[in-house]
Amino acid sequence: MKLVYFSWLREKAGLSEEEVELPPAVGDVRDLLDWQRERGGGFAEAFADLASVRVAVNQEHVTLDHAVKAGDEIAFFPPVTGGRP
Amino acid sequence: MIRVQEDDFDVGAELARLSDGNSAVGGICAFVGLVRDMADDQQISAMTLEHYPAMTEKELTGIEAEARQRWPLEDALIIHRHGRLEPGDRIVLVATASAHREAAFEACHFLIDWLKTRAPFWKKEEKASGSEWVEARASDDDAAARWNETGSAGKAAG
Repeated sequence: MKLVYFSWLREKAGLSEEEVELPPAVGDVRDLLDWQRERGGGFAEAFADLASVRVAVNQEHVTLDHAVKAGDEIAFFPPVTGGRP
Repeated sequence: MIRVQEDDFDVGAELARLSDGNSAVGGICAFVGLVRDMADDQQISAMTLEHYPAMTEKELTGIEAEARQRWPLEDALIIHRHGRLEPGDRIVLVATASAHREAAFEACHFLIDWLKTRAPFWKKEEKASGSEWVEARASDDDAAARWNETGSAGKAAG
């Protein structure tokens, strides 16, 4: 599956996108966020505060219990800030 | 129609195109968002907008479709810029064309409120103290939430 990162999550993770094999124990978004934190380093830092992380699966906003599968494009980003005019 | 682009846009030309050849249009309402030079009492020298292209396109298309469903619009246009912008630069254009002004005003207001809360853009501001990412604001959520009621803003408020 493809993982993509935006804003400060991209900066902390140290990359904008990557291809990874779906980890065996990961069934939903919550599992995937736990897995990200266990990777340590910049990933642990990026995913330390889950209250400020939003997730989209295949370009749709999802909640923590949304299932993930091989082939998905999963995006991690902070709450959007729009144009603020 | 929606467009996400790095380049500036010509407001006059865009508005003219919106009603070109369609004499059912009785009015066009436009909102042009500009980059301000102040944020939280601090001077901004520039800001950079990052976005998620595949998702931005999907969401803006969805927002435009919703506006067209809720109001009798002849046409609608959303242009949002990304990349590095400086104070005074145009950042967004929302324009709605309808037979009558009420639909054009309301749909335009609805679209800009939603753009601010839903569109996947993230902004990094450059200040004297350094660069920092802008955090989401509750006041913007409130502005968009008033459209959750069915009907117009006036009905929602009443």
